[in-house]
Amino acid sequence: MFLQTLITGLSIGGIYALMAVGYSLVFSVLNFSNFAHGAVIMLGAYVGLALATKLSLGFGLVLAGSIAGAGIIAVLNERLAYSSLRRRKAPSLYLMISAMGCAVFLENLVYATIGSRFYAFPEFFGRQIVTLGESSVSLLDVGAFVFALAAILGLHLFISRTRTGIAIRAGVSDMTMCSLMGVDLDRLISIVFLLAGGFAGVAGVFLGIKYLVYPTMGWVTNKAYIAAVIGGLGSLPGALAGGLILGVVETFVSVYISSVMRDVFSFTLLIAFLVLRPNGLLGRDSEEKV
Amino acid sequence: MDYILSIVVLAGINMIAVLGLSIFTGFTGLFSLGHAAFVGVGAYTSAILTYYYYVPFPLALLAGSAAAGLVSLIIGIPTLRAKLRSDYFAIAILGFGEALRVILENLEITNGARGLPGIDSFTTLPIVIFCLGGGILVARNFLRSRWGAACIAIREDPIAAEMAGVRLFQTRLLSLVVSAVYCGLSGGLLAHFLSFIQPVMFTLIQSTQLLAAVIAGGMGSLSGPLIASFVFIALPEALRVAQIWRLVAYGLLLVLIMVYRPQGLMGYSEISSFFSKNRSRERMQP
Repeated sequence: MFLQTLITGLSIGGIYALMAVGYSLVFSVLNFSNFAHGAVIMLGAYVGLALATKLSLGFGLVLAGSIAGAGIIAVLNERLAYSSLRRRKAPSLYLMISAMGCAVFLENLVYATIGSRFYAFPEFFGRQIVTLGESSVSLLDVGAFVFALAAILGLHLFISRTRTGIAIRAGVSDMTMCSLMGVDLDRLISIVFLLAGGFAGVAGVFLGIKYLVYPTMGWVTNKAYIAAVIGGLGSLPGALAGGLILGVVETFVSVYISSVMRDVFSFTLLIAFLVLRPNGLLGRDSEEKV
Repeated sequence: MDYILSIVVLAGINMIAVLGLSIFTGFTGLFSLGHAAFVGVGAYTSAILTYYYYVPFPLALLAGSAAAGLVSLIIGIPTLRAKLRSDYFAIAILGFGEALRVILENLEITNGARGLPGIDSFTTLPIVIFCLGGGILVARNFLRSRWGAACIAIREDPIAAEMAGVRLFQTRLLSLVVSAVYCGLSGGLLAHFLSFIQPVMFTLIQSTQLLAAVIAGGMGSLSGPLIASFVFIALPEALRVAQIWRLVAYGLLLVLIMVYRPQGLMGYSEISSFFSKNRSRERMQP
């Protein structure tokens, strides 16, 4: 029972981590909470769904299409709703309100046009089960977990090893200085949003397969914010750690205490972290400067 | 006629909540994505009191407002004392609002997610007008008081205000409690107007709608958000737009305002300044 709960928690945590990474990436560069991330995840899931049902593509192509679709949506989102605010150096709260507006707009646009129906992905993995000792896990859960780890490791390598990655890290530490050194900020930020959108696409497909596809599915990203806050906003290893911790803790609470109180518990954890340790477990110092 | 009357009453009830959020967001400069939860607390408290315990309506309204104020202390004391970054605070109160909704959905006395039907419909137009008028008067006087001036100072620059001797924590907390009391009152009126309440009526979406009215009306104006809130309720009703397209429009509006006119409809000025030859507009400007 214990091991089973742990494994279930880790697989949910893997998806939380995928969502938290995209959110954290944007936070680290632009320093605001991108509430539209959930909507991008939802749209990514719809793109994947359309590819899977209308064109009956295989899992690999669906995933690739969803990554590309969500990536482009995220870049467009930045261009239309954030870039002018960013250029005139508006307070980060304005960006956050704009992001909130985007989330409400996109979510309800899907509601109004596609409808509130719940859609299911075709069964890519069937109901295959992997047995580990006494406990069993579905292949999907294992796949999601492994893929999440691999993707986050890939992103980490990209950020630490490539020229673009170095430019992103420079932008994180000082935007103005970074642009003085000849980095094209608009391009850099587009790349960041493309990456974040790509991760949103992956998260959307896995969420859609595990649960279902519907307009408010992006609300799960509330959990991604919590994961990012636990790990430390703006830190990629933090997002991974926070996602896994939240997934495991949540599953244990719902199994051993009460499934109803699970969300109350998560939100309490969020508030406790914000108050007691606003930089999270692995975050960098982020005092509001004078 | 009944239809128009109900729109006016609903708009008035919504304006009371917007008035409260305007004090907190517009004049104290802290953003909240959870004020709908305070509306919910007010609605449920007053409805439970009249429904199960036959408490007189005015008393139930007062109790609902007080309960909302008390509940706001639970989130306000730890987060405001910790002087969270303003966007962290917005996330914290968002989490708080969602947690409150989950609790409402799982209590016995609130009848869970199915909602509480058959509440007596005590709320009438004169009562709403009376509450709204009283609310505007209290808000205006509050903002002209020492505490109000402290709130505005904090909005303009928290650090400078603190150095000038304004107590950040106490002032912000007071502003939060006052705004929550307004929301609680609005909730009590709402419950006894619709005679049916449900936890999904008090979610992030409603919080966003309240915030949209304050931002669209202008942060730093009382009349601006009131006008915006009335237009937001009345215009879609008058045009018979489906609920879902209203939300699409709210979202788009938030983005457009932030991109093109972040000061909102009225900016820092009040509607009265248009009649009194710019005198008060100059005074209100920072």
